[in-house]
Amino acid sequence: MPVLWIVVLVLALGGAGYVMGRMRAMASAGGDARHLHSLPNYYGMHVFLAATVPSLLLLVIWLLVQPLVINSQIAHHIPSDTVAEGSSLSLVMADVRRVADGLDTAVAAGAMTEQQAGSIRTEFTDIRARLGEVGVALGANVRPEVLKAAQSYRSLNTTYTLFLTIVAVGLSLAGLAYAWLRSHKDFRARNVVESVVKSLLILASTIAVLTTVGIVLSLIFNTVEFFKLYPATSFFFEPTWLPSFGGGIDSDGNPLSKLGILPLLWGTLYISLIALAVAVPIGLFAAIYLSEYAGIHTRSVAKPLIEVLAGIPTIVYGLFALLTVGPLLVDVFGQGGILGVGWMQGGTAVMTAGLVMGIMLIPFVSSLSDDIINAVPQAMRDGSLGLGATKSETIRQVVLPAALPGIVGAILLAASRAIGETMIVVLGAGAAARLSLNPFDAMTTVTAKIVSQLTGDADFASPEALVAFALGMTLFLVTLALNIFALYIVRKYREQYE
Amino acid sequence: MYDAPNLGAKVDQKAIKISAKNCQVYYGDTHAIKDVDIEIEDKTVTAFIGPSGCGKSTFLRCLNRMNDTIDICRVEGDILLDGEDIYDKKVDPVQLRAKVGMVFQKPNPFPKSIYDNIAYGPRIHGLARNKADLDEIVEKSLRRGAIWDEVKDRLHSPGTGLSGGQQQRLCIARAVATEPEVLLMDEPCSALDPIATAQVEELIDELRTQYSVVIVTHSMQQAARVSQKTAFFHLGNLVEYDDTGTIFTNPRDERTESYITGRIG
Repeated sequence: MPVLWIVVLVLALGGAGYVMGRMRAMASAGGDARHLHSLPNYYGMHVFLAATVPSLLLLVIWLLVQPLVINSQIAHHIPSDTVAEGSSLSLVMADVRRVADGLDTAVAAGAMTEQQAGSIRTEFTDIRARLGEVGVALGANVRPEVLKAAQSYRSLNTTYTLFLTIVAVGLSLAGLAYAWLRSHKDFRARNVVESVVKSLLILASTIAVLTTVGIVLSLIFNTVEFFKLYPATSFFFEPTWLPSFGGGIDSDGNPLSKLGILPLLWGTLYISLIALAVAVPIGLFAAIYLSEYAGIHTRSVAKPLIEVLAGIPTIVYGLFALLTVGPLLVDVFGQGGILGVGWMQGGTAVMTAGLVMGIMLIPFVSSLSDDIINAVPQAMRDGSLGLGATKSETIRQVVLPAALPGIVGAILLAASRAIGETMIVVLGAGAAARLSLNPFDAMTTVTAKIVSQLTGDADFASPEALVAFALGMTLFLVTLALNIFALYIVRKYREQYE
Repeated sequence: MYDAPNLGAKVDQKAIKISAKNCQVYYGDTHAIKDVDIEIEDKTVTAFIGPSGCGKSTFLRCLNRMNDTIDICRVEGDILLDGEDIYDKKVDPVQLRAKVGMVFQKPNPFPKSIYDNIAYGPRIHGLARNKADLDEIVEKSLRRGAIWDEVKDRLHSPGTGLSGGQQQRLCIARAVATEPEVLLMDEPCSALDPIATAQVEELIDELRTQYSVVIVTHSMQQAARVSQKTAFFHLGNLVEYDDTGTIFTNPRDERTESYITGRIG
């Protein structure tokens, strides 16, 4: 574990630097901490940071770059005829790395000496059998070029790791020495530590932003890949979703699968609409009751109970939809049901999933709205009550308008949740992609289809699998548009009210 | 000592608008108002003065039952408005508050247009038969609130966009719009600058011709300037209640004298 040892060594240097820096600063102040610019610990911290941070940063970057450099160097050594028909350079390189790893394991297990590992030849030894003895299974016999490349891969690796050790430890020592020399009583160690803390915070937020960018980029690249294989017009405007299992193309060169997003988008919007129709009135009314009417005792019991709903895993809601709500709805709206209308064929339907999802969203709407309604100043209520308005008049005409931007925000947040919800749909709404107005029909959503397209055994490069990224991208854009719309609403009303 | 135009004025005996007898107020276990007896006259400005926490705001809020909105607050004794007990079971506090309007310490215009702020009360109580009627009520109230000229060109811009003094006069106009009989003001000028304060005080003096006005204030100069009757509260007791001139020139109780001369409070 040479890299781990480097890290330990650098940290040990840092620890020593901490003590040394502190002592030197104290000595320069004649042993009286009150003469120092900063507290003694800051001087120690300053030396510690100088000794560790640059060195460890270098280590991270080096470890990221080293494999790339070695790969490109080895690739020169592999003759182009070694790359077989239907194969690629990257497959050969994977072979090289596997053999190199095998040799490492063999040396570590004592089956070979370092000397042997560097000098064995396929002409004299059956490498596959030798490596098999120590538990490294290779798919095919090792070709001489691959073995040779693997051996130089190993030697390059050793050389670079040695370099790394020297440079990292050297950098650490240099940092230590520089910071130690600066540890004087007038040196502003506290300010240096402050700026390091600031960089740490910037780094953390940068990572969050970069991750988002990375996710979006991977969505975009794969979506572009998909649209190369499948026409965008069919994806957006074809009213059928019918992926063929084997993939393939017909005689005209068009894919056999029909991958139209419309039925899925319709299912998503329909189910979300029903869910919001359930969640918004119930959640909002619950919030109004809790914040305006309920006594302190009712509130302290009811609010946590409602919020328990938010803690239930969605798969449990899915079971509830499948086993309780679905059959119940069939009893009412199904063939031979109480109403005798026969609208509903089976338990899985848009209505089932929508109702259950609505229940799931109640705490989102109620909890956020409750906070927002509470934030409306009491002076507003007093003003209205003082004019002889009743409680509900006050709420309708003063409190709710003042709280509206926040409530719209809460509702749109709930809408994004509804659009992204998967498990309830899989269990409650069925799997049939269908464009229908009947809320008692089985339908499916974008998210449910992303799951089923990626968990199948379709080739990853086929449009049947890649369509998942196009679906994900569409979903992302829809939620983004929703959020922008929410911001617009909030800003519009804020301008009017402040 | 004070700029007090009313000190020498002869105060006519007027009809009693509100009378409280043996009034007690409790916040939970705290006895906030003790044995208050007072008779507030019609078409008069009555000032409540006293140090902070003496119960003058609490008593003011009893007069239109605003204390009902506070759970732990309990009121005992009789408070009569035109001879009728306002704490009687058959009195609807909502109706009462339309008759006894209130203006608060901090201007609290609703997040609506100036027009809608004024029209709020008349709409709720159905005072206007049609749009023209409502327009007239709004204009009349804004004129009475002495703010019409400043806002007549922007009736539909938000009330929250006005300056502090304008907002407070808007709130007074809003309270006047429901045609109350009594106007309660809880330190209406404490958030305003001297110029806005002068405007509001002038307004209060005009309102006296039509309403019974009760004003809570921390400023003794203000009490002397605007009121005809003054009540001094101390530690939940009504210490002294008399003509403003008498209170400020010849107080009977030594606590009152200490307070108005600045030795306590």
